[in-house]
Amino acid sequence: MAKKTVLRKPKGFLDVYKHKPGAEKDRTHYCPGCGHGILHKLVAEALEDLDVVDRTVLMSPVGCSVFAYYYFDTGHFQVAHGRAPAVATAVSRANPDAITISYQGDGDLAAIGGNNILQAANRGENFVVFFVNNAIYGMTGGQMAPTTLEGQKTTTTPYGRNPLTDGYPIKMCEVISQLYAPVYVTRTSLHDNANVRKTRNAVRKAIQNVKEKKGFSFVEVLGMCPSGWKMSSTDAQRWIEEEMIPVFPLGVYKDVTDEDRSSIDRPTPVHEVDRVLEALDVTTEKAELLSKREVEPRYANPSIRASGFGGQGIMSMGQAIARVGMKYGYEVSWLPSYGPEMRGGTANCSVKVQENKIGACEATEPTVIIAMNRPSLERFEKILQPDGTIIYNSTLIEVEPTREDAEVYPVPITGLADDLGNTRVQSMVGVGAFAGVTDLFDPEEVIKLLPEMFGSKASLIELNEKAVRAGYEYVKENF
Amino acid sequence: METVNGEREYPFCEIDPEECKGCHLCVSSCPAEVLEVSDNLNSKGFHYAEYKGSGCIGCGFCFYMCPEPGAITVYLKDYEPGKAV
Repeated sequence: MAKKTVLRKPKGFLDVYKHKPGAEKDRTHYCPGCGHGILHKLVAEALEDLDVVDRTVLMSPVGCSVFAYYYFDTGHFQVAHGRAPAVATAVSRANPDAITISYQGDGDLAAIGGNNILQAANRGENFVVFFVNNAIYGMTGGQMAPTTLEGQKTTTTPYGRNPLTDGYPIKMCEVISQLYAPVYVTRTSLHDNANVRKTRNAVRKAIQNVKEKKGFSFVEVLGMCPSGWKMSSTDAQRWIEEEMIPVFPLGVYKDVTDEDRSSIDRPTPVHEVDRVLEALDVTTEKAELLSKREVEPRYANPSIRASGFGGQGIMSMGQAIARVGMKYGYEVSWLPSYGPEMRGGTANCSVKVQENKIGACEATEPTVIIAMNRPSLERFEKILQPDGTIIYNSTLIEVEPTREDAEVYPVPITGLADDLGNTRVQSMVGVGAFAGVTDLFDPEEVIKLLPEMFGSKASLIELNEKAVRAGYEYVKENF
Repeated sequence: METVNGEREYPFCEIDPEECKGCHLCVSSCPAEVLEVSDNLNSKGFHYAEYKGSGCIGCGFCFYMCPEPGAITVYLKDYEPGKAV
């Protein structure tokens, strides 16, 4: 690496934080004097200098640094609270060449994620954890964290942390360094120039370890939280030196990066389908694909949002469309969303049936919506693409869609199912109607799928068969 | 930001007043004591940090201590104006 002639914003950061809401896309959301900003800079600089920005995947935790994904020009996962090590495990195993980073705070790592971090460390996963210890829950307003010092006042320990009722500060480096698998465990601080420099070295070494696939590295960083500690930035530096470091001594707790650790070499993941099928003892004959039909351009590659009340069979409806798409050799996805439907909202699912590989499964801008009740219509017609298609259940929806650009198909879906003698088959009426509108597939192919979807109960299959045909025929006769 | 007036004396330090949040960690970290707190406020209401105009030794401590990624740029002794970095 050439000697630096200028110290400027590292290329590990996005130039403009385009995903950050609001006008200030050139600066972070962190408070003045926050340790996160300093560590972010050290990490971003190391990624640039080690030339790994493009293959880095960063886990954003829950906590102040949740918005790391606004700033770093890397891949990101925003992970459930404390679960960054689990997701990082998946990322690093699925893509061993990724530089996987789990960036976590003390509440996230040492409290709710305490077991996650121990297990990942114990498995010696090939990623690095940057653990920011500021002895407090910052984002939620300064509550006691596992690392809060004895006697430290927080909003939940107004008289100071009492170990007899609240336990003692957890020292993660000491804990993790007891395990066999981790290769590098260190604690550094950001409270003065010399220690920022040491942190910089630790960050680089840890990322280098991942790059060389050496295994699990853990860098604990004592960082300032002037807002949470209710003091000035410089007082916060002093507080680290005088109060935190005596409890959390700095230093390298474990470093076996130069030892031969082939005993924990991980086998490469198995991706070959044949081997998986063999292991599962599955013998398959490759199904003959149906030849794709000529489809009107507006219905080609549909991105579908089906929705209704919980219990209307929305998920089966989506599944049926996705499965039949598969029979024609399309790339398909089905993404259910079980939201608050039990409280009277809507259940919905996204379905994509496309020529090309599907990147995102959620139909954020659907080309077709199938609305089984009024809240669904009102919610999803707003996100329908221009000149999209609306199929709605005119039995239950008395209003008309407000979208004037859309092609609209009112189909009495519930009514048709009722006429067949069972309201519950309305979902298959919907599938039939969709087939009728788009001609993407032959409704008879859906019917062939029914035993697979609903088991072998003959009466139910027969009813669903009729339902598919009823929906299909209604559309063909009326539009 | 990557090219500067060739007449400047290197090294020197440049602080973007709008990105500065006024924590002043750079001021206290500067061994040459060439940074100071401005009397002026930026649009967010922070007294931003400023370079006094001379005396920078190019140690980079302010850059690494600053929590804001783009607020401080330090042009080191060997910096060549106009050259991509």
